[in-house]
Amino acid sequence: MSAVVEDNPLAAPAAAPAGAVRGSVVVAMRRDLLLAARHRSEVLTALSFFVVVTSLFPLGIGPEPELLRRIGPGALWVAALLATLLGLPRLFASDHADGTLEQMALSPRSFTLQIAGKMAAHWLVCGLPLVLMAPLLGVQFGLEPEALAVLVVSLLIGTPLLSLIGAIGAALTLGVRGGGALLALIVLPLYIPALVFGSGAVEAQAAGVGVRAHLSILGAMLVLALCFAPWATTAALRIAME
Amino acid sequence: MQWHSASEFFAMGGYALYVWGSVGACAAAMAIESWLLKRRHRRLVEALRRREPRTSDPNAARPRAAARRERTA
Amino acid sequence: MKPLRAFRYAAPATFYPLAGRLQPWFAALAVAFAAGGLWIGFFVAPTDAQQGEGYRIIFVHVAASWMAMFLYCVMAFWAAIGLAFHVRLSSMMASAIAPTGAMFALLSLVTGSLWGKPMWGAWWVWDARLTSSLVLFMLYVGFMALQAAIEDPRRADKAGAILAIVGVVNVPIIYFSVRWWNTLHQGASVSLTKSPTMAQTMLWGMLLMALAFWMYAIAAVLARVRNILLEREGHTEWVQHAVA
Repeated sequence: MSAVVEDNPLAAPAAAPAGAVRGSVVVAMRRDLLLAARHRSEVLTALSFFVVVTSLFPLGIGPEPELLRRIGPGALWVAALLATLLGLPRLFASDHADGTLEQMALSPRSFTLQIAGKMAAHWLVCGLPLVLMAPLLGVQFGLEPEALAVLVVSLLIGTPLLSLIGAIGAALTLGVRGGGALLALIVLPLYIPALVFGSGAVEAQAAGVGVRAHLSILGAMLVLALCFAPWATTAALRIAME
Repeated sequence: MQWHSASEFFAMGGYALYVWGSVGACAAAMAIESWLLKRRHRRLVEALRRREPRTSDPNAARPRAAARRERTA
Repeated sequence: MKPLRAFRYAAPATFYPLAGRLQPWFAALAVAFAAGGLWIGFFVAPTDAQQGEGYRIIFVHVAASWMAMFLYCVMAFWAAIGLAFHVRLSSMMASAIAPTGAMFALLSLVTGSLWGKPMWGAWWVWDARLTSSLVLFMLYVGFMALQAAIEDPRRADKAGAILAIVGVVNVPIIYFSVRWWNTLHQGASVSLTKSPTMAQTMLWGMLLMALAFWMYAIAAVLARVRNILLEREGHTEWVQHAVA
C-alpha cells in the first residue's frame, strides 16, 4: 500500500475540470461536517475552552476595567489561537486511524482538494463558533461596540488563517509521540504574524487610527495561506503515511 | 591604542561584566559544542569497532584490545 | 551531459573522509578570523561617544545574529534539496546545522541581553531584534523537536524539510510583523537595534567576527554530519572500513 502512496510529496495536484474541483472539495467537506454533527460534544469542547481561557486573564491580572480593556484584544486573540490549536489534532487523527486518509490519497480525486475540503469543514466547526462567541467575551473585557466589530472581522479573517497554518503542523505531527505539545511548539511561532496584526487591528481602532492596514495584511496572509497551505499539508500527509 | 594599562583593558570602562560576559559566553558555547562533538565521535567510533570484530585480517588486533588502546591514547 | 564530478561527494562514503579532511582547515580559519576580529574590535576600534566601551559587545552579538539567520536559510536549502532530489546526505546536512544554528540564536539572545542591561537598564526588552531572535530560536527548537520525535529517519528528514521550508518562508513575515508590532507599541523609546554610528574599523571588526563564526559553524557542522553518518550508516561496509 505504501508503494502506491509513495509519490513525490512535492508534486503539484493535477489539473481537473471545474466541476470535479468543486466536487472533491464539497464531498470531503460534507463528510466531515456530517461526522462533526454526530459528535457535537467535540465542537462544544473547543468553544468551552475558549471561554475558560478568556476568563483566566482577568483572574490572573485583576478586574480593573481600564486594564482589561487594554489587554482584551490580545487576550481574546491568544485564547482563540490556543482554542484552534486544541482542535487541530482532530483534523487528521481519526481518519488516519481508520484508513480513510489513505483511501483519500488513493482515490482518483485530487488529494489536495479533498484535504482542502476537510480544512474548510474544520474551520466551520472549530473556527466559526469562536468568531461568533467573541463579541460576548469582548463585552466581558469592556470593549466598545466598534472595537467588538473590528474584533469579529479580524477573527473572521484570522481563524481560517490559523486553521490553515495549523493543518500543516497537524499533518507533520500525525501519529508522532508527544503530539499536542510538539504541535504547539511547531505552530505557535508561525501564528505570531496573525496574532500581531489581528489584535493590532482592534487596538488600532481603539487608538483611533485606521484598521484597514492591519486587516488588509491579515487578508493578504490568508490568501497566501489558501494558496500554499493545502499543498504543504498534503505533502506532509503523504510523508506521514509512507 | 587607547588602553593605557592591562587593568584598564579588563575593566572596559566599567562594562567589564557585560563585555567579557558576552565574549566569554560565545567562547564557552563554542568550546562546549566542540567538546560534545568530539566526545560523540569518540563514542561512536568505539561502539562501531566493538560491534564488528574484523575477521578478514588474521593479523589485525582484536577489537577489545584496540578499544583499550584507544582509551589510553 | 556528464554529471559534475562534485556530485560523487553526495555519496556518504566519499563525503565522510572529505569532511574529515576539511574540518581542521575551517577550524583554523575560524581561529584566524577571530583573532583578527577581536584584535580590531578591542584594540583598534575607538571608544564610542555614547555607549563607551560597552558597545564592543556588538562584535559578537551582531555576528551571532547574522549566523543564526544565515544558518536557518542554509538549513532550509539543504533540507529542500534532500526532499526534492531524495539525497540523504543533504537531509543529514540540514539536521547537522540545526543545533549550531540554535546555539547562535541563543548566543544572540544572551549577548543582546548583556548589551541591553547597561544601555537601556533592563535585562530584556521586547524590541524587534531580540524578539525576532527569540522566534528564530523557537523555530530551530521546533525543527529539532520534530526530528527527534519521529523515529523513522527518512520520515524525520522529510517532515523536517517541510517544516524548514514553511519556516524560511515565514521568517521574513515574522520579522516584518514583529517590527511593525514594535514600532506600534514602543513609540518614542529608543530601540536596542540602534547601533552606534559605525566607524570603518567597527565594520571591519564585525565583518571579521562574522567570518570567524561562519568558519566555526562550517567546522562544527562538518563534524556533526560525520557523527550522523556514523550513526545512520553504521551497518554499511564503508563505515566499518572508516572506523577501523
